[in-house]
Amino acid sequence: MLRMILKRSLIAVPSLIGVIIVTFLLTRALPGDPAAYFAGPAATKEAIEQVRVKLGLDKPLIVQFGNYVADLARGDLGTSLTTGQPVATDIRNRLPASAELTLLGLIVSMLIAVPLGILAATKPGSLADHLCRVISTAGVSLPVFFTGLILVYVFYYLLGIAPAPLGRLDTFLSAPPRITGFYLIDSAIAGNGEVFVSSLKQLVLPAMTLAIFSLAPIARMTRASMLAVLASDFVRTARASGLSPATVIVTYAFRNAMIPVVTTLGMVFSFLLGANVLVEKVFAWPGIGSYAVEALVASDFAPLQGFVLTMAVMYVLLNLLIDILYGVIDPRVRIEA
Amino acid sequence: MKRRDFLKSAGAVVASSAVTAPAIWSPAKAQARQETLLIVSESGPNNIDIHGVGTNVPGYEVSWNCYDRLISHEMKTVNGTPYYDRDRFKMELADDMNVGDMSVTFKLKKNATFHDGSPVTANDVKWSLDRAVSVGGFPTFQMGAGSLTKTEQFVVVDNNTVRVDFLKKDRLTIPDLAVIVPCIVNSGLVKKHATEKDPWGLEYTKQNTAGSGAYRVVSWTPGTEVVMERFDKWAGGAQPKVRRVVWRIVPSAGNRRALLERGDADISYDLPNKDFSELRNNQKLSIISTPYSNGIQYLGMNVTKPPFDNPKVRHAVAYAIPYQKIMDAVLFGLSKPMFGAPAGTKTEVAWPQPHKFTTDIAKARQLMAEAGYPNGFETTLSFDLGFAGVNEPLCVLTQESLAQIGIKCTINKIPGATWRTELNKKVLPLYTNVFSGWLDYPEYFFIWCYHGKNSIFNTMSYQSPKLDSMIDAAVDAAAINDTAKYETNVKGFVDLAFADMPRIPLFQPYVNVAMQKNVSGYQYWFHRRLDYRSFVKG
Repeated sequence: MLRMILKRSLIAVPSLIGVIIVTFLLTRALPGDPAAYFAGPAATKEAIEQVRVKLGLDKPLIVQFGNYVADLARGDLGTSLTTGQPVATDIRNRLPASAELTLLGLIVSMLIAVPLGILAATKPGSLADHLCRVISTAGVSLPVFFTGLILVYVFYYLLGIAPAPLGRLDTFLSAPPRITGFYLIDSAIAGNGEVFVSSLKQLVLPAMTLAIFSLAPIARMTRASMLAVLASDFVRTARASGLSPATVIVTYAFRNAMIPVVTTLGMVFSFLLGANVLVEKVFAWPGIGSYAVEALVASDFAPLQGFVLTMAVMYVLLNLLIDILYGVIDPRVRIEA
Repeated sequence: MKRRDFLKSAGAVVASSAVTAPAIWSPAKAQARQETLLIVSESGPNNIDIHGVGTNVPGYEVSWNCYDRLISHEMKTVNGTPYYDRDRFKMELADDMNVGDMSVTFKLKKNATFHDGSPVTANDVKWSLDRAVSVGGFPTFQMGAGSLTKTEQFVVVDNNTVRVDFLKKDRLTIPDLAVIVPCIVNSGLVKKHATEKDPWGLEYTKQNTAGSGAYRVVSWTPGTEVVMERFDKWAGGAQPKVRRVVWRIVPSAGNRRALLERGDADISYDLPNKDFSELRNNQKLSIISTPYSNGIQYLGMNVTKPPFDNPKVRHAVAYAIPYQKIMDAVLFGLSKPMFGAPAGTKTEVAWPQPHKFTTDIAKARQLMAEAGYPNGFETTLSFDLGFAGVNEPLCVLTQESLAQIGIKCTINKIPGATWRTELNKKVLPLYTNVFSGWLDYPEYFFIWCYHGKNSIFNTMSYQSPKLDSMIDAAVDAAAINDTAKYETNVKGFVDLAFADMPRIPLFQPYVNVAMQKNVSGYQYWFHRRLDYRSFVKG
């Protein structure tokens, strides 16, 4: 197991190097001029040049790249010009916000989509099957920001049952002492019920938005994979042996159908991190998605590079986790590896 | 777990969540709510020191409220709204201002202290003004607009007295000391954090307020919120009523409106015009609209290249713009028209003022024929996507209208980050843009936008020695108070700008502020941001 983890991590190194080079070049190829942007609305050519020198953007690309890599080696991701903070600090502060939201969205989505998919597979052509199809098609066809705005409009503006879409906590509460950065966990550790309830309430609408968007792939994959497994010989044997339908479906069929579902979950998690960008904008969520968009608008290189790099590291870790999960679910994978 | 235990604990969970559920109910929180002003806006500061590299406009708002200047402006009333009075100054950190022939002397208030308790001295003032003219970029440049460029100009007379020497007579020098940039910084505190690479301590003030202003920043989460608290020993004026200001960043305009309508937010000032016009009609909130001082949205043309080098073509375009449609369908009436002055109107000694063009397609066609373009031509019409809410419909309407006189425009949308770069290249043939000057003087606007020394806001690359001489003459006349000469020249350059029409003024945009009925005390300032010191929540 340990050898596998080590091997997989080594394989990731060249892709990370690639990511560093490509993001560096891509951000430099952006049409905006950060010096002109940050010199302010009334700047002269000289003022813009002064800003350019201050930002080190007057040096040749290769020198800039060398400086960037040297800083990176020291764990310095540079400083964001839009927030004025070191990028590493920004990401450390904001990543838990995005991760908490994305994970909760994924869990909600899984809790709905997996049972729905199983139900649809056991009774193909039934009402449940059609329901599964309609819900997942509708969910995936609505853009996330639209679903988000509709939810805010109905549950906050019209009904008044959801809290104001103002980020992670009620405005007049302060954040729990930071341990994990996940407010739900931190407030539970601190034993602060008020903060826990408030952050949970703030999470409901954005998590629902993400869940609605990600129902489709999970439900469809569960259904397809269950259908294939249910039609296989060992299920027929299990049924013929007189095992109860619940045992057959949950213990025998579902475990075998889980590999493609877990793969899909990994993919869904990564594209939810992407979809987060818009959801965070709608709910004023202080996550890394909205951070990256703000940086992009200002052609702010350092946060963009930091964001892409963080994402790349997360993908690598996620894939590793999924590979390990394969082994847990299906011993054959472990042996072949 | 026994059944009874389970019921007990379940009951406890229900009870505790019932207590915490309605968030506003706890009395301490209601008290906090009452003393706090909750502001929501689209974007927040990136740096809370205006002297910093690339501080954005929201950052100016923090600086304005957390730092003092030597002097500021009195208020007057314009259309029922308190509006800064360009010509009357009030003392802020200064106790007394004595204007001499070639210098101005300030005596400081004796009881003024910085947030950390240290007194405000003449050395702090000199250090701060030196800093403003030395750090480069926007602050230095703004100081230069008032002929404040050298550190030798700022002289410490004694511990309590500072003199500012004039390089030349310039009537913009004293107003320029009342803008946001010449703020007074706690030099003792900042010097402790200065390094060899950063002699002015910009890294420290980027994230910490080191001023003597009415508010100080207690926490700032970039991109999320700024929390400011009142400084109770503020010497600059009467104690503000609001104890705490929470400024939350809410990027979605729809949500900002929902927060206002539900009563959760107190103030927002950057909603789309459509929302403001609807909010105004439903009477639930107070809405205040004030025209940008010295600001105009215009349609500019590159006069160095055909076809716009021909004044007849420029006039044809000026006759083909659907002015009224833009006012109604794009701005929902929330702007001041800058077109269609009646035929006999005399030119005023004021800026902005409307020109006499109106939509007249027949006349525009005739002018196109006279200019040698009876069949029109093709061009591109560019705008800044950062302000797409107004720019996009405006450009589409203009495109339709220009098509009627044979000018086929392709619309070119430029992202906000690139807009200034593109504008700077001065190659866009036809585009719309806004310019607004902090100092509200006609010649200030014209120096920027029309003068042949070709500042970046002379986006048309317009050159006219005759116009330049009139602008220069007006500046000289203003410096020596020669009213008659000043007025002749201002009227002269306005007339010439309208006759040559290198840029077509469209409208004067409004600053729209929406607030709850129980919030009052809004003041309009040249910088168009909020001044928390005057707000009252009752």
